[in-house]
Amino acid sequence: MITAKNLTKSYGKTTVLNIENLEIPKGQSFGLVGNNGAGKTTFFSLLLDLIEPTTGHIKNNGIKVDNSEDWKPFTAAFIDETFLIGYLTAEEYFYFIGELRGQNKADVNALLSNFTDFFHGEILGQSKYLRDLSKGNQKKAGIVASFIGNPEVVILDEPFANLDPTTQIRLKGIIKDLATNQNITVLVSSHDLIHVTEVCERIVVLNKGEIVKDIETSAETLKELEVFFAG
Amino acid sequence: MLKHFITLQWKSFFRAASLKSNLAIKILTIFMALYLIVVFIGAGIGIYYLIEKAEIGNPFDVINKYMIYYIVGDLFFRYMLQKMPVTNIKPLLYLPFKKNQIVHFSLGKTILSFFNWTHAFFFIPFSIILITKDYSVLGVISWHLAMITIIFSNNFINILANNKDSIFYPTIALFAVLGLCQYFQVFDITIYTAILFDSFYSIPWSVLIMVSFVIGLYYATFHFFKRNMYLDAGLKTKQTIAKTEDLSWLNRFGNLGTFLKNDIKLIKRNKRSRMSVIMSFAFIFYGFLFFSNSISVYEGPVWKIFAGIFISGGFLFSFGQFVPSWDSSYYPLMMSQNIKYKEYLNSKWYLMVIATLVSTVIASFYLYFGVDAYLAIIVGGIYNIGINSYMVLLGGAFIKTPIDLTSSKKAFGDKQSFNLKTMLLTLPKLVLPLIIYALGHYLINPTAGYLFVALSGIIGFAFKNYMFKKIEQVYKKEKYKTLAAYKQTN
Repeated sequence: MITAKNLTKSYGKTTVLNIENLEIPKGQSFGLVGNNGAGKTTFFSLLLDLIEPTTGHIKNNGIKVDNSEDWKPFTAAFIDETFLIGYLTAEEYFYFIGELRGQNKADVNALLSNFTDFFHGEILGQSKYLRDLSKGNQKKAGIVASFIGNPEVVILDEPFANLDPTTQIRLKGIIKDLATNQNITVLVSSHDLIHVTEVCERIVVLNKGEIVKDIETSAETLKELEVFFAG
Repeated sequence: MLKHFITLQWKSFFRAASLKSNLAIKILTIFMALYLIVVFIGAGIGIYYLIEKAEIGNPFDVINKYMIYYIVGDLFFRYMLQKMPVTNIKPLLYLPFKKNQIVHFSLGKTILSFFNWTHAFFFIPFSIILITKDYSVLGVISWHLAMITIIFSNNFINILANNKDSIFYPTIALFAVLGLCQYFQVFDITIYTAILFDSFYSIPWSVLIMVSFVIGLYYATFHFFKRNMYLDAGLKTKQTIAKTEDLSWLNRFGNLGTFLKNDIKLIKRNKRSRMSVIMSFAFIFYGFLFFSNSISVYEGPVWKIFAGIFISGGFLFSFGQFVPSWDSSYYPLMMSQNIKYKEYLNSKWYLMVIATLVSTVIASFYLYFGVDAYLAIIVGGIYNIGINSYMVLLGGAFIKTPIDLTSSKKAFGDKQSFNLKTMLLTLPKLVLPLIIYALGHYLINPTAGYLFVALSGIIGFAFKNYMFKKIEQVYKKEKYKTLAAYKQTN
């Protein structure tokens, strides 16, 4: 589904990302881990064509993301709060995203009804704009918005950060379901090794912009990662 | 302790992102300040002689008479422009500073504000002139001190009244009505207030009342401030109660409607954008300066077109030129969503066109100044729709100043909404139609001038698809730079 070839991103002389070859097949739940500055968000931003690659390119379903915009209809993401429109209520935001993705209100409502547990009564029907919600609730809204419109690729940057334990557990269930039952390619980055190992079939470790490990998740994976990061 | 406060203040000023990036604007602001100072000094020196020459009464009496409006005007500008001292308090709260010290420092900082000492440039020369004109020295000093205390009272009143629109606007409305009453000689409030201001001169000790008043006000502000210095009280960011709005009647416009709905909410729900709409409404009345012949410079025929462009295009200029910037806080979302630039731009274009049409209709009261005046506005409107709407969208691609919609910074007169590039981009929008008109006016006749301007607008309108394609290309080319620029919010 996603292939990166000779992909580098440099600012001046410092190279922040250097991926020679990376392939993510369709329907895989893919985890990206690494310390701060490892290049996780840079990779996601490149994938969403928010920054320009210095060399190389990324293909999403065969479409070069920096050449054509045809990857947008089947790709959804939540990176940070810049993906939220602060002056809208959660409902308005969901409907807006829905309309952009060709979903009417009923479609969006049907989707949202699956997430009543996840929202825990704090998102819908609130007399608050998104900008006035807590960080955790903003994140919930952003994550769910990225599921609207049957995307084939979902990109979530640090989805577990700022969430309460109950929501973290629910989110893990949701992400697993996306990949296994709906054949959606899910890309997740995290600092939390336990969460990623639970959720992802495959984990790639980035260090200073380079891939240092590419593991198929197994019972030993968590140990292996802990040993690596204890360094 | 004070040392800490001052070094923090120092660093916050010199390390502000805006200082580095916008040196030209800083310089411009300094020039503006210098200009104001010169105007104030000039007024302070000149007003005595001007009033004397105009023979509308004893200069000192006249000043006292209109002083009430000066003071209300000062309050108005403070409310609109002066920043509140609450910024940067939050990180200090849990540090070992005494709360009293923080409050004293914050209030003390406002005393040094430009809004206070700029008045000195008026009152000091004026008081000196009064003394040279054989007014009693003691009286003048007393009067002068009273004026200073009033200015400082305004300073504290403004802090107390901050963001209380429910008090502010009725007060301003009241004084506007009083002003009108005076103009139409129904009721003259200044008869009563003049006595008050005069008494500061004639009864020198009365200034002590004012001094104790301002000291009292300081402590009232102090206590108000201190009592509210909690995260969930005075330092709380204002939250408005949100209502989900449907606006589904816009659905008939398809994808365009999606964006229009969003833009309407954007304008309604954010202070910054609401301000730009109010500004554009003010622009409608700008024409009085031209058509009432009150300013002789504006009497040339070409200026009518200038006025027409401004009257019909207030929204176009104040909102339109920041087009992608309004969406800066969620631009990454827009760029990764399933959005066609064309639809996005089209929605903004329609907003501008609708606003231009509405302004043109509202401006029909200019018919009072003759058909010729209103014709200039209609022609200006056509030009705005046909040409300036593209220019504005094109310019927006290069401006790239992120707009913080929720910022408590006052929108009006904010450095962010005013920079050199926007000024430069405004010029062709205004100068070109003047030249086109002048060609017709001087080569053939005034009607031909109007026709030329209108025709250029219509031709522009006809090329909409072509122009949009060009603008789209520019937006695409600038995409990464724009995204990077929007990331750098202060």
